[in-house]
Amino acid sequence: MKLKGTEILLKTLKSEGVDTIFGYPGGVVLDLYDDLIRTDIRHILVRHEQGAIHAADAYARASGKVGVCLVTSGPGATNTVTGIASAYMDSIPVVVITGQVPTPLIGNDAFQEVDIVGITRPCTKHNYLVKYTEDLAETVKEAFYIAKSGRPGPVLIDLPKDVGNKTITYNAPREAKLKSYNPTYKPNMKQLHKVVELIKTAKKPILFAGGGVILSGASAELKKLAKKTKIPVTTSLMGLGAFPGTDPLWLGMIGMHGTYRANMSTGDCDLILAVGVRFDDRVTGKINTFAPQSKIVHIDIDPTSIRKNIPVTVPVVGDCKISLKHLNRLIEEVNLRDIIKKRKKWADQIDLWKNTKPLAYDQKDIIKPQYVVEKLYDLTEGKAIVTTEVGQNQMWAAQYYHFDRPGHFITSGGLGCMGFGLPAAIGAQIACPDKLVVDIAGDGSIQMNIQEMATAVQYCLPIKIVILNNGYLGMVRQWQELFYKKQYACTNLDHSPDFVKLAEAYGAVGLRATKPDEVESVLSKGLFSTDTVIMDFRIEREESVYPMVPAGTAITEMLLV
Amino acid sequence: MNEEKHVISMLVDNKPGVLSRIVGLFSGRGFNIESLCVAETMDPHTSSITIVTMANLPIVEQIEKQLNKLVNVIKLRDLTGPKSVKREMALICVKAKTENRAEILSIVDIFRCKVVDVGPEHYIIEVTGDEGKLSALLNLLKPLGIKKIARTGVIAQLREPK
Ligand SMILES: Cc1ncc(C[n+]2csc(CCOP(=O)(O)OP(=O)(O)O)c2C)c(N)n1
Ligand SMILES: [Mg+2]
Repeated sequence: MKLKGTEILLKTLKSEGVDTIFGYPGGVVLDLYDDLIRTDIRHILVRHEQGAIHAADAYARASGKVGVCLVTSGPGATNTVTGIASAYMDSIPVVVITGQVPTPLIGNDAFQEVDIVGITRPCTKHNYLVKYTEDLAETVKEAFYIAKSGRPGPVLIDLPKDVGNKTITYNAPREAKLKSYNPTYKPNMKQLHKVVELIKTAKKPILFAGGGVILSGASAELKKLAKKTKIPVTTSLMGLGAFPGTDPLWLGMIGMHGTYRANMSTGDCDLILAVGVRFDDRVTGKINTFAPQSKIVHIDIDPTSIRKNIPVTVPVVGDCKISLKHLNRLIEEVNLRDIIKKRKKWADQIDLWKNTKPLAYDQKDIIKPQYVVEKLYDLTEGKAIVTTEVGQNQMWAAQYYHFDRPGHFITSGGLGCMGFGLPAAIGAQIACPDKLVVDIAGDGSIQMNIQEMATAVQYCLPIKIVILNNGYLGMVRQWQELFYKKQYACTNLDHSPDFVKLAEAYGAVGLRATKPDEVESVLSKGLFSTDTVIMDFRIEREESVYPMVPAGTAITEMLLV
Repeated sequence: MNEEKHVISMLVDNKPGVLSRIVGLFSGRGFNIESLCVAETMDPHTSSITIVTMANLPIVEQIEKQLNKLVNVIKLRDLTGPKSVKREMALICVKAKTENRAEILSIVDIFRCKVVDVGPEHYIIEVTGDEGKLSALLNLLKPLGIKKIARTGVIAQLREPK
């Protein structure tokens, strides 16, 4: 069969199960677009390529499939870099297809030529410049395989115009198999036996789960392990939802804005069972004071995550789900009753921490952001998919919306990329048309990709944007308040648009609450509308996120309200 | 922790951009490269790369894991220590005044090097050997005046079982 490069690309995408692409056209991808609209692959036209890549990222997280993003060469390609870096930090499987100038022009500083493979080398799991049409199908297959296997991540394919246009005899590509790339899924059982011994002898154990548990679909196994052993659970920001946020064993999130009990438990425990985490500095605080008396078990599919930041007692390289399954099986054979009894003191200690310093705020005459998130949680019965922007809004979302299921909290964790939430909400809504999708936003971040309102309205996506409007780059202001003598250098945002009118200008619904007693009615009205809605909550301007661990101090040394 | 010299040898896909991935990993993470050698192997689809780096043990462990993680790295071995044979070649241009010429030639003889270029004021000496031999030679030649030096960097091979 004779096929054109672009047809081969689309055919291979279909065979990989792709039904949705987020993209933006341009010169060198004209032919590809011309063929694309003849297929049944749905193309979502964003308004900025950064929107496309964030949407593809969130689509992947909400659907469990690989997200796909298609852009033109030069500026189209460079506009995706921030989003690629975010997906890379959070290990999200996306395939980015960038157009490239024709091969004879590569290296000539041609119009709209950039070396996107060079630019994205450090922020992709792998990338390709396809030089021959004959290699295209296999490259695409390989890209999907690499993106979703092992520790997932973004893979970029740069496709020169002439490679797409050439017609060749098409041969179906073989299954992707690489001699140089073989992720370890099955854990070493010897190591797991050691883990069981540690669980048996630990007096003060905790489980610490991260994004890896969600990525490998190991939440049920994690829950089983925790329930069986009665070991309390904390997670990183990326791990929220991996364990039910309403379970009695739930400690809350760990880290810079973690709960008092999660951070204190980490300081005092004698065993950390870390699963699918990478011990980011926002989690550990000052590294040499982290969990000083604790043995650490670290289960992760990526060997580079293990012992990168902290010493580990028992490393286990393997897929989180498979490893936890095996561990659960080994635990079945252990008589846990006496062991759990001996840990009564530890359970009491945790309860004490929980009851002395719970997350708290005082709702008086000005709207508190925590109150908005809590009401949102109540009204949505905790079932919404929540995306966030970055800053205080993100942390309040993490603290006050209790996530019971994986795949429901979608945030730019590793990169902390403002402007993520709105396009992410679009991606999540497209992946899950029947779910309620809410972007918890800040007044600063929302303006970084506000143009995607047009996308949301065009595709009739009923996403809800909850702006916690403090008129500040709030998180930065908080640091200035605490560590820069309240000199609010360049963080005052008193020139923002009227978000209600802005929503209307885009053809969406705009609502506003300025007083606490309006919060609930605005939320009810907004959430149960079938339109795209922006809700502008005028919150206490100088509210801060607590607890807070100042950067570079021990995570047990928290600033509290 | 003590920094030590490590010799890392890799078999990699012989494709454009592979070296750049490897080097980028060093520069992006602040690891240092002391020397680097690349060449095709018997199989034209693969190249072998030898990198010498100075780092403490946990950093070396991290470097090696990161390198192994690259999709184009097929195999990696730490060849530090006596388990491997290591060689480096250097071309050393020394000042050769009349009164020093005999001494230089006798050094060349002792070290079993070769003079590959001669002029009224210089010799270029070709030397192959391990690190100890090269540094001993350089120490002897230094007082006589080294004008220029070009070194290949280390290549290494695991010794076969005896
Ligand atoms: C793209 C980008 N630029 C800058 C920052 C640094 N930064 C982190 S939080 C923040 C303030 C965010 O303000 P806003 O969206 O209003 O959220 P708030 O903290 O007020 O809730 C800034 C500027 C960032 N994280 N991302
Ligand atoms: Mg703000």
